[in-house]
This record gives sequence, C-alpha cells and structure tokens, in this order.
Amino acid sequence: MGTGALAHIRICDFTGQLAGAGATKFLAAMGAEVIRIEDPVTQGRWDILRGAPPFKDKRRGSEFGSGFNNHNVNKLGITLNLRTDKGKELLAELVRRSDAVTENFAPGVLERWGFGYSHLKELKEDILYVSNCGFGQVGPYGTFKSWGPIAQAVCGITFTSGLPDLPPAGWGYSYMDHTGGYYMAIAILAGLFWRARTGEGQWIDMSCTEAGAALCGPALLDAEVNGRPLRRPGSPNSNRNAWPAMAPHGIYATDGEDNWLALSVQDDAQWQAFATVVAEPWAAEERWRHRDVRLDHQDELDELVTAWTAGRDRFALAEQLRAAGVAAAPVQRPGERIDGDPATAAFGLWPTVDHAAMGEIRVDGLPVHFSETDWAITEGGPLLGMHNDDVYHRVLGLSPSEIDGLRAEGVI
Amino acid sequence: MAGPLQGITVVEVAGELSAYTGKLLADLGATVTLIEPTAGSPLRWYEPFAGDQPDPDRSLWWWHYQAGKASVAADLDTADGAAKARALFAGADVVVESAGPGVLDALGLGAAAARAARPELIWVSITSHGAQDPRSAQPSTDLTLLAEGGPVWSCGYDDHTIPPVRGGGGQAGHTAGHYATMSLLAALLSRQLTGRGQVIDVNAYAAANVTTEMASYGYLAARSTVQRQTGRHASPRPTQPTQVICADGAYVNTGPPRHGKDFGELAGWLEQLGLEDEFDEMGVLRLGLELEHISMAQMEEHDLVGEIFAAGRAAMFFLAERLTAYELFLGLQQRGMPAGIIYSPEEVAADPHFEARHWARSVEHPELGRTVRYTGLPVTFPATPAGPLRPAPKLAERA
Repeated sequence: MGTGALAHIRICDFTGQLAGAGATKFLAAMGAEVIRIEDPVTQGRWDILRGAPPFKDKRRGSEFGSGFNNHNVNKLGITLNLRTDKGKELLAELVRRSDAVTENFAPGVLERWGFGYSHLKELKEDILYVSNCGFGQVGPYGTFKSWGPIAQAVCGITFTSGLPDLPPAGWGYSYMDHTGGYYMAIAILAGLFWRARTGEGQWIDMSCTEAGAALCGPALLDAEVNGRPLRRPGSPNSNRNAWPAMAPHGIYATDGEDNWLALSVQDDAQWQAFATVVAEPWAAEERWRHRDVRLDHQDELDELVTAWTAGRDRFALAEQLRAAGVAAAPVQRPGERIDGDPATAAFGLWPTVDHAAMGEIRVDGLPVHFSETDWAITEGGPLLGMHNDDVYHRVLGLSPSEIDGLRAEGVI
Repeated sequence: MAGPLQGITVVEVAGELSAYTGKLLADLGATVTLIEPTAGSPLRWYEPFAGDQPDPDRSLWWWHYQAGKASVAADLDTADGAAKARALFAGADVVVESAGPGVLDALGLGAAAARAARPELIWVSITSHGAQDPRSAQPSTDLTLLAEGGPVWSCGYDDHTIPPVRGGGGQAGHTAGHYATMSLLAALLSRQLTGRGQVIDVNAYAAANVTTEMASYGYLAARSTVQRQTGRHASPRPTQPTQVICADGAYVNTGPPRHGKDFGELAGWLEQLGLEDEFDEMGVLRLGLELEHISMAQMEEHDLVGEIFAAGRAAMFFLAERLTAYELFLGLQQRGMPAGIIYSPEEVAADPHFEARHWARSVEHPELGRTVRYTGLPVTFPATPAGPLRPAPKLAERA
C-alpha cells in the first residue's frame, strides 16, 4: 500500500478514453491502486487513445498515444483475455479483492461478458460498480452512441457557446469528457464513502448528458419562470454576460494576428478604474458611469473599447487593468499559459513522468493542493501488460511459473 | 435527509466560486449552511430575476445555486458575526470558502484557527489563481478565467477575424467546483482512517488549464498549437465540419459514416422516405456497403473510397435539409450512427429520454403559485436516493 488519501482503495478499472480514464486518473493521483485491465488480443485498442496522436518525437504505435499517457498516469496496467474461462476466473478473483469496478463501455458490454452488477455482487457483496455512458443505461436513448461532442450537444452546453446570427460555436474540445470524468470520480468517491459508513455497495449508472445538463441551471429557470428561452433572436451572445449583467464585457482584438483581450467591467467602481486607465475623452463621459447606460448601449461601447485595444499589447493591457482593479486577461495560447506563465509550473501543474516507451513527458496535473495528503503524479501511463507480473503475483497470489503459463495460454 | 453525504455538515461562506461546490454537496445529501452578510449576499442581486423584478429573494441565479442550503446571517467583521461563524465552524465537517487569500485569516476566522480548534475539519479554499498567486487578490470573472486558462482559445469559428468565444453557463466556477468536490471527498475518505482533516487549495485558473483536452497535452507532448473551428474540436490542422443545420434551423452534431453498415442504413433511410431518385449519389452510396470500415489511408489511396465517403457525408446533409434536427438525431442514432441534437438548455428538460428518467426536479414556489422545474441530479445513488429539493433560503428565513 502506498501513500496518499486513497492508498487503502483498489479499483478494478475498465475505463478508457477521457470520460472514464480521467476519473480514475484523479483516484490514482490521490494514491489509490488503479488496476487497468486491457485486452491482449486487440492490443488494448478499444481505447482509441492508446495509439492516437499527438505523438512525442513523431513516434507512432499503441505505446505512443500522448492522450492515453496523460489520462492514465500512476495506474497499473494488466492484460486479461475475457474470452477465456481462465480469464473470467482471474477477473472474478480481482473483483473479490477490489473496492470498486469502473467502466465507460457502451451500455451492456460488461453484462455480456458475464460481469453485470448482479454477478459482481455475488463475487463481492459490498462491491461498488460505477458505469458511465452517454445517456445512462435506462431510458429511450439507453443504447445510443456518444462521445464528448455528442454529450455536450444534447445536454445544452454546446448551444450556450456562440455569437448572434452565427451557428453554435460550441466547445472546441470534449468538455463533457473531462467533466463526465469529474462526475464519475465524484460518484466513485461518494459511493466509497457511503460504503465505508454503511457497508453497502451499489451500482451507480451515470449518464454523461445528465451530468452536463446540470451545468446550465439559471438558463433553465429563466425559461421556466420568465418564459425566456436561451434560443431566441440574438441569443446566445456568450462573450457578453447577462447573469450577472456587466458592460463592457467581451473579447477584443489587440496587436498582432489573432491576439485578443478578455475584459469584464463588473460594476461602476470598476468602470471608473477602467476609464482612468483608458484616459481618453470618451471614457470620461459622465453617461458611461452608470451601469444601466452601459448595458443599454453595449454595441456602441464595444466599438469604443475595440478602437482602444486595437494595436495594443494584450499582456501589458491585462497587467495594467488588473493593477487598477479591473478584471482583464489575455486570451492565451497553450504555450503561453503552459510555459509563458510561470505561475502554472510553480503550482506544479505540469508534472513530468517517465514513460517506459516515450521517456520523460509532461502531463496535466491536478489544480489543487492538500496540506496533509497531497497528490503525486510520477509514473507514465502503463504499457500493455506492464504490471502483469506484479499484479498477478502480489494481488492474486500467483507464482511466476503460473503467470508464465497464463502468458503461454494467451490468457494474459 | 438522504444521499451518500447525509449526516455530513458543511458550512459555506457564500461566494461566487464556492456556490457550485456547496450545491453539489447539498445534492449529495450533506447539510449545507451558508454564511452571508446580514444585508444579504451580493449574489442575491445576480440576474436574472423572477418576473424581472430585482429583489434579493427573486434572483434565479441564487435560486439555482443555493437550493437545498440553509443560511445564517453574520457580518464577519463584527464580534457577533465572528462568534456565529466560529460556532458554525466548530460543528462542521467541511468548510468551503472563496473569500480570497488571507481575507478570513485577517478576521481571525481562517483555516489555521478553525483547525486548531477542530483538527478533523476539512477546509476548502477556492480562489481564482490559488493561494500563492497575487492575481487571486485581483478581480477576475468567468470570462477572464476561461480566456487566460485555455478554453476560449479553442472555441469559436473557422473565420478568425471573429473573436474566439467564451462558452456559457459559468464553467470556470463549475470546473473549480468539480475539483473542490472530488478533493474534499478524497479528504473525507482519508479522514475515516486517520481522524484528521486538512486544508485544500483549489485554483480555478489551474482547473481551466487542465480541462482543455488536446490543447494542453498536444502542446506538452508535441508542442502543437490547436486552432479553433466552427462547432468542432480545435485542431493543429483543419478538419471537416461535423455540425449540420436541419430543416427547422436547429443543428445536429454528427460524425461522418465510416462503416459499411452505415452506408446501407443511409441508403435504406432515403428509400424509406421515397427520396432515392432525388439523391444523385445513391449508386456510390450503396457501394459503401461493400466496405468494412473507411480509414483515412484508404481514402488517400483509392479515389472510389474517397467518393463513397463523400457520398455518405452528402447523404447526411441531404437528409438534414429535409428533416428536423430531432428527426435527424433520432434517425441516425436508431440506425447505429452517433449523433447529438444541439439543444438549448431549456429544451433538455422536455426531451423524452430525460422525462423518462425523471431528470428535472420540481420545486414548490408559493410566491409564484406554482412548481418550477430545476435541473436534475448529475449523479444518482440507488442505495441512498436524494430527498426533495428545497428552494434557496430567503432573507427572512435565515437564522
């Protein structure tokens, strides 16, 4: 048993991609023993990220997916062929020795392998089983296919991102894979906490779209209470802010190509500070001191702000405005926030792991610190079957010759 | 009370960055008590208001984020208020606050003092940039956090003269709240073994930074920089559109057909609708049935494969022009092809799947003379189902 808040927890982990693997990454970073099970016959390729770009040093193959590495750090990797009877026996043994079974397969996959919740519970009365799929396994869309962009479309999140008279801009990445993983981690941890207090396991069947739909609450209430849907002419206009209302509030072009400044003037006091920094006659006009006037004339105000930011340096502007007490920030490219802002590295946000095939590589860390049991990310994502000897011996008690036998028979 | 955190006492110092964490904990069954100024939290003045009547008891923002919580009025800069807060902290399992670094310490109400009196206390501080960064003491908003934290760079349109776009809903605070919740749950599990609590420093800017998928790990691994595209993943190299507009003006997000079976399904669907004579590429589309799976390499090597792939995309757009977004979404999914209708948030609650799963929660609002549908639970726990949702505390209901 290692150290960390969750060093006493063992997860029998079938998760993959980001929506599932992201959940058990958090647990592994907190010290849980996460045993990731992969299929030796297909080289673990049901997780498409295993061999997917981007690649470090342009080296390709199933051990070189940087996304896979990013989402699977600090986990143990074993292979197990569940088409074989012996493979099924070994899985049953592992379930008996685990606290939770986790997966984000399409609905019904684990059941078809003979490891649905009723069997898991026979193997271990208090097992926690957490499944995570696009729509949940029950209901009219229970069999529907999903990935990040689909879940975020159906849950309302995609629609919230866009400008008037244009198509939805959406989220340029799988926000709901990340976020579905966060909710899955919450489900696992809360389920384990309940079990630790009551001795009771359960099957938590997560729906990623349901989790996402919880993220647009005031919009639902505005429609319910005021009869004002977000889908209406001129809406959404998501670089502005109606809840709470602020003006000016937007993203303005600065110097150079595709460089932008985000600016939020939150109240009348911030406007005064903003006007002092701008130091141009228009900013000194009395009428702009009033929030209601600024809100009623946002188009006019945006033109004035746009003319002012044009040609200026976004980093210098942001610093000057912040120092004056105005909320402002540059729109940062990946390199600008990862290497350009020393605060992210100082926080420990990009830990370097030693990956057995890729060598040293930086990954996403956790945006939190604990005073007593802080997280640690040190190990790269496992190569296929990398921890077979360790897990089959230490956890399941098999001898080296028994493990060699399993290899020879194609069980692992 | 019900839910996996029933019996756990949480005190939340009311603040924008702590609101969602408190809400998640209330949804998990914890007893959550807000501390807010006697004059009322400024959050009570966040738009929109019920009936557009500005009133500290009618903010729909407050209704959503503070439902299920109780509230205590206490001015922390007075002796009375500080004593009230101390008494609440003394009975708490978890304190969640976003007052800013050092603000509560200066009032003698910080983590160190509370934990000295109660070592088992778990203290969660959520700040814009973490406890050590001076930017946490400066103003920031959802917009500025998502702009500097990465998400905005990846969102927007193919046309880069249009500004990048900040997605809606307050996701900077939500992502920080997700990490705060995961973290304090881990701390609760640890406390069961050790009996000791701890302080957790949650950094909203950092949370956005590690919630950008390939934008971050692509840079970390390959120094690549993604570029935003309309309605699909930002990418170092341009990719094909995935968002199609339908006959009713609404959109569906879809992947192009890649499997032989998909081409057959699309051809069959066109026939079923009596459109096979109107769709010019029917013959090529049917050839797709012969293929098992189309890969990019195949398309580059064989012109015909490229034509079949194009016919599949064309069939999807052809259908979209003649169907509503819901019909296209349902039709594609029922034929085994992934697709997602782009719903506006208020449309989700009325969807048949969400209705069948009893997702939305009804809350009685006597001041409106009716019940109102709120968002449902993000996760449900069959062994310990949640109780009914109580409306957010009104000014007069505070202790």
